[in-house]
Amino acid sequence: MAKSENLSRRQLLTALLGGQFAHSVGCGRSTLPPAGELSHTRFDLGHLLRDGVEKSVSPDAYKDVGVTIVGGGIAGLAAAWRFKRAGFDDFVLAELEENPGGTARGGRRNGFKFPWGAHYIPVPMPENQALIQLLSEMQVIEGLSEDGRPVVSEQFLCREPEERVFNDGQWYEGLYPSHGASEEDLLQLAAFRAEMDRWAEMRDASGRRMFAIPMELGSDDESVRKLDQMSMEQWLNERGWNSPRLRWLVDYSCRDDYGLPPDRVSAWAGVFYFAARIARAGQESQEVITWPEGNGRVVDYLKDVADDQIQTGLGVFEVKAGTNTELAQVAALDTKTRRPVGYRSEQVVFAAPQMMAKYLIHGFSESGRDSTGFRYGSWLVANVHVKERPENAGFPMAWDNVIRDSRSLGYVTATHQSGVDHGPTVLTWYYPFADVDAVITRKQMLNLKWADWVDVVLTDLRRAHPDIDALVTRVDVMCWGHAMVQPLPGFVWSPEREQASRPLGPIHFAGTDLSGVALLEEAFFHGVRAAEEILAVRGILDQPLVDIRNG
Amino acid sequence: MLAVATCGLIYELIAGTLASYLLGDSVTQFSLVIGVYLSALGVGAWFSQYLHKALGRTFIEVELALALVGGLSAPLLFVSFAFVQWFQLVLFGTVFVIGTLVGLELPLLMRILKEHLDFSDLVSRVLTFDYIGALLASLLFPVLLVPYLGLMRTSLVFGVLNALVGLWGTYLLRPLLTKRGLAGLRGRAFLVVGLLVVGIIKADTLTTWTEEIILGKAVVHAKQTRFQRIVVTNNRQGFQLYLNGHLQFNSVDEYRYHEALVHPAILLAKTPKRVLVLGGGDGLAVREILKHDGVESVTLVDIDPGMTEIATQLPLLRGLNEESLMDEKVTVINTDAFLWVGQEQEPFDAVVIDFPDPGSYSVGKLYTTFFYRRLKQIISPDAVVSIQCTSPLVAGQSYWCILRTMEEAGFKVRPYCTAVPTFGIWGFALASPQNDLVVPEQLGQLEQELSFLNDSILANLFELPRDIQPIETEINQLNNQVLVRYYDEEWRGQE
Repeated sequence: MAKSENLSRRQLLTALLGGQFAHSVGCGRSTLPPAGELSHTRFDLGHLLRDGVEKSVSPDAYKDVGVTIVGGGIAGLAAAWRFKRAGFDDFVLAELEENPGGTARGGRRNGFKFPWGAHYIPVPMPENQALIQLLSEMQVIEGLSEDGRPVVSEQFLCREPEERVFNDGQWYEGLYPSHGASEEDLLQLAAFRAEMDRWAEMRDASGRRMFAIPMELGSDDESVRKLDQMSMEQWLNERGWNSPRLRWLVDYSCRDDYGLPPDRVSAWAGVFYFAARIARAGQESQEVITWPEGNGRVVDYLKDVADDQIQTGLGVFEVKAGTNTELAQVAALDTKTRRPVGYRSEQVVFAAPQMMAKYLIHGFSESGRDSTGFRYGSWLVANVHVKERPENAGFPMAWDNVIRDSRSLGYVTATHQSGVDHGPTVLTWYYPFADVDAVITRKQMLNLKWADWVDVVLTDLRRAHPDIDALVTRVDVMCWGHAMVQPLPGFVWSPEREQASRPLGPIHFAGTDLSGVALLEEAFFHGVRAAEEILAVRGILDQPLVDIRNG
Repeated sequence: MLAVATCGLIYELIAGTLASYLLGDSVTQFSLVIGVYLSALGVGAWFSQYLHKALGRTFIEVELALALVGGLSAPLLFVSFAFVQWFQLVLFGTVFVIGTLVGLELPLLMRILKEHLDFSDLVSRVLTFDYIGALLASLLFPVLLVPYLGLMRTSLVFGVLNALVGLWGTYLLRPLLTKRGLAGLRGRAFLVVGLLVVGIIKADTLTTWTEEIILGKAVVHAKQTRFQRIVVTNNRQGFQLYLNGHLQFNSVDEYRYHEALVHPAILLAKTPKRVLVLGGGDGLAVREILKHDGVESVTLVDIDPGMTEIATQLPLLRGLNEESLMDEKVTVINTDAFLWVGQEQEPFDAVVIDFPDPGSYSVGKLYTTFFYRRLKQIISPDAVVSIQCTSPLVAGQSYWCILRTMEEAGFKVRPYCTAVPTFGIWGFALASPQNDLVVPEQLGQLEQELSFLNDSILANLFELPRDIQPIETEINQLNNQVLVRYYDEEWRGQE
């Protein structure tokens, strides 16, 4: 490791948490918690597969199976779920990691369940039929109200108090730091909300919402496409909205959902974040559904449905689309035995990130496809086990706990939804690498040790909870290399993205990145859509759950 | 000299104020403190005649002793109040020592100064300063010192002042002191100042005790558990339990509350063999339940082992609840009821819900449709639930919100209320999945064991006055917790 790649503690804390942390450096590193570990997504294997397993390696034999699903994130699992629903189980799902679920995964340890990534789903609106179907099966949705809105069982709706924000040395209820806001701040907030209400209420010529989840069900009208041509920051500037508190709210939201600051987020995505969650003007955003293990609950459910078909520890390194006479061939490396395995099938669901397509799919680039516009951001997630609740000034602990002048996203409390308000708990702390590329390279990031990350996490938490060090019993850190697709300006409505969902011969694509935004709902939609395309080809599609616009 | 005079009266005022804070009844306390103090002054003055040698040195020694005893008097009294049985002995002992030392001060001072002044001038000056100092002290004490410094710091600051007078004396009275004695005296003076300054810095820790003292009652027991701060206070009329500063009961009239809470439900339950109590770790509801012979078992679920421990160990409380929690029919479970109701249970025939008022989210969750639906699954269809639900007069929205929430969860409900002097008009409700909740008419044998209810009062509980009538409210759910908001709005400024 070259010396220049070593960051000093001061550089690291300043780069990740901001200049105001320089002063805390002098205090010296506090003692490390007694236990914990650092995990990475399997970037080693990922890169091995990307760079092509040696050409000499190829499976001795190919097993025949109707469909091969490549990738076991939510999209792949959703495709499996859809096949099962149609009574079709002649398929196999190959997942590289030991546990399926991708960034929706949850964890458990010492009797606690906690998320490792995505941790909530806004209550779906009536048009999201597939997701309503899934959540009903999971007994999360109890039924429909008279006007067709799903009714969610009380225990799965995020329990109050939902959010609090640490501002000027104290916790306050809610996310918007309204304490000390000027009249101008509040006027701009009201104007901002009215604008989002306007977008939520508007319908296009075909009667569609301008912003819907999944985004495929929203409008592709010129008025929304135009938003994609500018950044969220430009969009705010055009409206003269310069209130620091409003700017902070938008900045937080962009980093929270997209892992990017507003000057790098497409205004389409920025507006989508707010408008797609408002059912009617004047209403609050949709309530959110959550579980102690976050969206890991959905992963576990889907995994159980297709348990017999899921093969983990299987890294696909080659997908060959057959000609008319030949079947598609999928070659994978068994990460335990290090031996190649092959599947031959009529169709393939490619539910891995688009960035992998050109490395894995034979002839992908030659077919005229280009996936270089698909960019992905990195995340760090830490699960901080504490033996007692930290002291806090002001409003009591909520589900989501946000520190205003931090570049982290704060933490969610794992025991909140189970109603455990006292004693030990786990705080899941999130950090998107939204704006550090200039200061810290991916390589430097990968070189950081567990102790470095723990230092970053605890330095951040210490501002709001000075007693945190004495309470921490364990810190586990997960470094997500390519966690989320980035809705950079111009990308969401680029021909490249729109084309990416279309099948390539027998290969059907799925994945949240096909929507340009990383949401469980998008991943689920594309998984179901891809499965339904295949079911239609195979002539076994009964009743479609998704409405396929582009055919 | 002005400082000397001011310090003396300040100590007396501190002792008097502390005694009234801690023991209540300020007339008696002040009167006794003044009496002891004045007589001690006399003792000091009388004693001064036996001091002949080294007057300068003795005066400084007295100043330093006074600085130490007077300066530490407030902390000493606070601490001893919490730990010592015969607090009054410590109180008057301290006042007596201070009085004696102050009593020594003036005669010594006059004898030291008589070398320099003629007698009439001397008496006039000393007494003038003494009385002006007294005026200064009596003005400073209530206007500046207590509000801004608090009792603890006032006492310590004046101790420092006293010690500085002593130190200053070592320079002023230099001609009267031996060279060897001088260093020792100055050393001790610095030591005393140092000690008191440390006290001032640490005063906040001690001041937390004043929280309880502000309640105006004697604190019999105080304990911070993981869940709450439990304080038991005592005054002439009876004793009181506070959780996080909120009064839970007063032994004077708690029987009204607990008889009203428990008996209607138990009487209405067809066969109340298995009874569940949620909250109620003081054991008082259980005391009432055990008066029913048909009850075979009582399960009490209270989150705080610290609470049920006090109920079984603190003699005052154990006496009041008649050792109910130690009864062989009773099982105590210390866990969060919110989690406990989700577990499978053999069905209960009657339930008494005696949670604290819904003033925080962690208590508010125990008043939600979710909680009541869970509860419904562990009771028999004709079981009767009774619940305390704050004051319908002060907090109407909160009261009716609880009832509407229970209805939403599938319970029939019946409101009722009664007067508990300590609390005011207090609200309860009966609830059941299927029981008709017809008002019970006869207490029968039970009446002999009661202090409040008789047959006509029992029927009357269910007659709602015109100012307590149903109002529309939202339903309290985990994801909205409207009740905590109602409660906060309605009780703000009331307590």
